[in-house]
Amino acid sequence: MVPQTYYIALSAVLFTLGALGVLVRRNALIIFMSVELMLNAANLAFVAFANTYQHLNGQIIVFFVIAVAAAEVAVGLALIVAIFKTRQSIDVDTMSSLKG
Amino acid sequence: MSVDLILFFVLALVAVAAAIGMLLSQNAVYSALFLVINFATVAVFYLLLGAPFIAMAQITVYAGAIMVLFLFVIMLLGAEKLAPGKVLPYQRPLAIGLAVLLVAEAAYLLLSRVQSVAAIVTPTVETNTVEEIRRLGMALFSDYLLPFEVTSVVLLVAMVGAIVLTIREKGEQG
Amino acid sequence: MLLSQIPTTGFFFLAPWIVFFPVIGLLLNMLIGGRLSEKGVGWLASGASFASFVVSVLLAYSVWTGQGHGESVYLSEWMHVGALQLDWTFRVDSLSTTMMLVVSGVGTLIHIYAIGYMHEDVRFKNDPGRYRRFFVFLNLFIAAMMILVSGDSYMMLFVGWEGVGLCSFLLIGFWYDKDTLGRSSWANSDAAKKAFITNRIGDFGFLIAGFLMFWNLGSFQFDQVFEAAPALAATQPGIIIAITLFMLVGVAGKSAQIPLYVWLPDAMAGPTPVSALIHAATMVTAGVYLITRSAPLYTLVPEAQFVVAMTGAVTALFAATIAVGQYDIKKVLAYSTISQLGFMVAAVGMGAYVAGMFHLVTHAFFKALLFLSAGSVILGLERGHHHLAHHGHHDDHGEVFDPNDMRNMGGMRKTMPVTFWLYMIGTLALAGIFPFAGFWSKDEILADAFREGYTTVYWMLSIAAFFTAFYMGRQIWMVFFGQARHEAAAHAEESPRIITVPLMVLAALSVLGGALNLPGLHTLTDWLEHTIEVHAGEFLISVALISTVLALAGVFVSWLIYGRNPLKAGQPDPLKRPLGLLFTGMENKWFVDEGYWAVFVDRYVDLSRFLADVIDWRFWHDWFHEKVIAGTYNWVSNIGLNLYADQRGIDALANGLGTLTQNLSASMRKVQNGFVRSYALSVLLGVVLILGYLLLK
Repeated sequence: MVPQTYYIALSAVLFTLGALGVLVRRNALIIFMSVELMLNAANLAFVAFANTYQHLNGQIIVFFVIAVAAAEVAVGLALIVAIFKTRQSIDVDTMSSLKG
Repeated sequence: MSVDLILFFVLALVAVAAAIGMLLSQNAVYSALFLVINFATVAVFYLLLGAPFIAMAQITVYAGAIMVLFLFVIMLLGAEKLAPGKVLPYQRPLAIGLAVLLVAEAAYLLLSRVQSVAAIVTPTVETNTVEEIRRLGMALFSDYLLPFEVTSVVLLVAMVGAIVLTIREKGEQG
Repeated sequence: MLLSQIPTTGFFFLAPWIVFFPVIGLLLNMLIGGRLSEKGVGWLASGASFASFVVSVLLAYSVWTGQGHGESVYLSEWMHVGALQLDWTFRVDSLSTTMMLVVSGVGTLIHIYAIGYMHEDVRFKNDPGRYRRFFVFLNLFIAAMMILVSGDSYMMLFVGWEGVGLCSFLLIGFWYDKDTLGRSSWANSDAAKKAFITNRIGDFGFLIAGFLMFWNLGSFQFDQVFEAAPALAATQPGIIIAITLFMLVGVAGKSAQIPLYVWLPDAMAGPTPVSALIHAATMVTAGVYLITRSAPLYTLVPEAQFVVAMTGAVTALFAATIAVGQYDIKKVLAYSTISQLGFMVAAVGMGAYVAGMFHLVTHAFFKALLFLSAGSVILGLERGHHHLAHHGHHDDHGEVFDPNDMRNMGGMRKTMPVTFWLYMIGTLALAGIFPFAGFWSKDEILADAFREGYTTVYWMLSIAAFFTAFYMGRQIWMVFFGQARHEAAAHAEESPRIITVPLMVLAALSVLGGALNLPGLHTLTDWLEHTIEVHAGEFLISVALISTVLALAGVFVSWLIYGRNPLKAGQPDPLKRPLGLLFTGMENKWFVDEGYWAVFVDRYVDLSRFLADVIDWRFWHDWFHEKVIAGTYNWVSNIGLNLYADQRGIDALANGLGTLTQNLSASMRKVQNGFVRSYALSVLLGVVLILGYLLLK
């Protein structure tokens, strides 16, 4: 029997790795992927709770998250493409003109 | 140690390894492929948790559609690798430190605050039927009808947005 | 006005209308006068004055039918402060109605005269727009004068007293931007100021008299003052003397007595109807009226009476000598007026109140007549001058023609026959030739002086009477006889009927005015007896004979000098050589103006300069304000407030806050570096911190 805690711990580790990816990578695409990883980690926690409490709400929320993630990826990638068109780079550190 | 537990640890190891691989790959294409592995293992976890529909969705939407989209964009932009940058030198150690703190906090939370150690109900052939998926569908189309329809609108708007952002206007170079 | 306080008998209730009618007249002229023709404006004002006259007649009739019993007509409360209870009450008795009749009667005639006179005057001075203003002022004068003579208290009298002073100022300065010859100058304005300021000195005396009165007698109301006065005179006669003498200062100002008479000759700068109405017939007699009204006070203190009598007598003689040496036709009449006012003041000073009032009334008639006739002569000369100008006879070569100068006249008997005869009647009345009005009134004064034992006064007045006859004779010979000494005089034209008809009425009054108080009949004496204590003077044939002889002698001497050998153009006055310095003195008004200038005006200017330069500027400004106050203030503010409180306290706080904000934001904007990953790091930091807080809570 696998304790629910293990799933939550795994979810936390994956989430942290995703966050770390957002923070340390400069490639906008990899940052984006890290965001997907974080979403995924959250989804895993949701499904684990759904199983624990034997309730469908967890799964339904995951369903919506996947749908919204799909939409997000579509728009996000379009943005990256647009940015690349103007700057010829997807290094987020070059996009620092909005500063004090 | 039961089979369940062994399976969990093996899959967890794979998932974490894939995530770290994605994190460390210099080439964006490798990152994408590592992520696909990660997604696939997570899909197996979904099956183990008794959520077959979500597992299928994970495979088709994430591993299939989204990651293919990523790969397309990487290829399209030809931006697999970046020139090394020397900006924000303190970013990496700070980020790692914070990540360690976050994990430590999560661990502390799990170890100290969770009293009832609930076990995961592993689906069997008896429980893992189509009936589960039907219940999910009934819920989606009754209690969650409005969010469901709104999701379709969100997808439509995302599609239109993506087209508007990337469409090549008249006379535009590139 | 409370109903119960309206007297029920007679026409007394009409009393306020003697003031209201002229006020209505002037308001109408101010509001709608612009739409009326000149004639409309003039007749409206005259009508208002005439309505006032009618009311005066009705009031006099009421007093007469009531056996001389007067009434006080309460109109409204003025001010009630503590012991001070002042009301606007009209006093209608034989004395005040006499004054009302003179003021409104002569006033109305002069209004009518002015319709014609001002019509031409505004055209000669090229400003017809001022026509209406003249009549507004004239009506205002009638109203103020009526307040003066009808007031039931010294304060109400003072209101009118100041009101007529104001009108006098306004009308002397009527052509304020011109001189008497119509040139652009401030001479008329200066004359108006002179009159006003000189009168202020007199009013100052009047006010002090009023304060003393209120302080010691507790009231301003005539009856209450007179009732309380004898008790005070028995214990402290000095106070009554002070009151009466200070009042005399007021009288000297208003009635042009020595030493304050100097304004009246200059007041001739006003249009001639003004000279006649205000500066001969009515306003200047206010002083005489005041003393007559205050008879109960003066009777208590013979010392003051003596001073008053001497003031009048000296003024009468002094002014008469100056009149001899004048060339301006109106100036002669002005000094004559001062002289005649001296007669009146001398009379009331001697206690001969009836004689004084009698002379006041007859003088109002014949002096108004003389002034208005002089105005007619002046207009005639102006017409002649314009006639010449239109025909190209420019003989004056740029010299400004003075229509007032008798040396420009001569032989006008032929060109202006009506005016000549009217002037003649006025002259005879003034000279005191039997049976004209002046003879009776002047004779009564002389007889009273003789009988009361004022021998000095008697002789001074007699000599003044001789001079009067002399200078009037001189004037007649110079103006109307001989040959014209200027082309304008030769071409002078007679005045229209609107001017001559009022003169004829005045001439009739000048002839018949003596009938008011013929010896043996004593009509005026009986009439005034109801108001003031009088003793009927007996007619002294010796005095009458002496004065008649003196008058005839004056006329004869003037004929010898001016009539026998008429003055030629450019010839100096025949008196100049024999009299020498004496005549120069007369000609130059005994240098009184220059003396006043040297003694008072220059010293006053010196004092002002001293006060301005030394006291105000050097002491107060330079030393006190700059050094003491500003210095101390600067020191305190510089050292104490500026350095310690402001710079090191408040500024430091404000600047410190600013620097703090600046530094804070400088470090903040380092955080805002534009790198998305840094922001994400902050978010993660926040997450870690919040989570840590939740865990450790």
